[in-house]
Amino acid sequence: MIRVSVDPAPIELGMEVAALEERGAGGVATFTGVVRTDDGVEALDLEHYPGMTEAALCALAEAAIDRWNLLGVTIVHRVGRMTAGERIVFVGTAAAHRREALEACAYLIDRLKTDAPFWKREWLAGGTRWVEPRASDEEAANHWA
Amino acid sequence: MAISILYFAWVREAVGTGEEKVDPPEAVRNVADLIDWLAQQSAGHAAAFADPAKLRAAIDQRFVPLDALLGRAREVAIFPPVTGG
Repeated sequence: MIRVSVDPAPIELGMEVAALEERGAGGVATFTGVVRTDDGVEALDLEHYPGMTEAALCALAEAAIDRWNLLGVTIVHRVGRMTAGERIVFVGTAAAHRREALEACAYLIDRLKTDAPFWKREWLAGGTRWVEPRASDEEAANHWA
Repeated sequence: MAISILYFAWVREAVGTGEEKVDPPEAVRNVADLIDWLAQQSAGHAAAFADPAKLRAAIDQRFVPLDALLGRAREVAIFPPVTGG
């Protein structure tokens, strides 16, 4: 019931959602993160810590299953180079009722931001820059403590 | 005892490598000590480790605070705060 993937290939949204629907739950909630097209970002490099990344995402999925009554959890994170508008991350949950699916989905994306070893570098017209963490991401993750 | 050190993101770029093996002296007991010791190894290391407040770490693939003891660590990673999702 847990699917975790860290892959340079594009994220196939339809396939991921369909697999969650097949869990037989009454509700599926999903979050998709895409490379933003504002402030002149042309592309993004996503670096990660092979081995630790997969373990951290599995631990997050297991924590969500301990907390909510879920029938399926999917976390797919893309790595490597991607261009503006492409999908970076997909989080999906399947549960008997919407409240559990929606809450668990929000929990997973909030915690993923602070608990998994990924680093973003943005490509702009004038060069590249490493993305700085936002205080609001830390607050969102702590909200679930 | 030799430890594998991994670097990521701008720390990796400043140091000039993503991985190295080191054998720090016994006085190096925790991650902060290791960072201070590594900073003396080259100009790149010194630049990467100039401000420990900007650094985060993992021991054997688990996030730890910088005051965490190295103990029998086989792999220590040093990197900036994470920015995934």
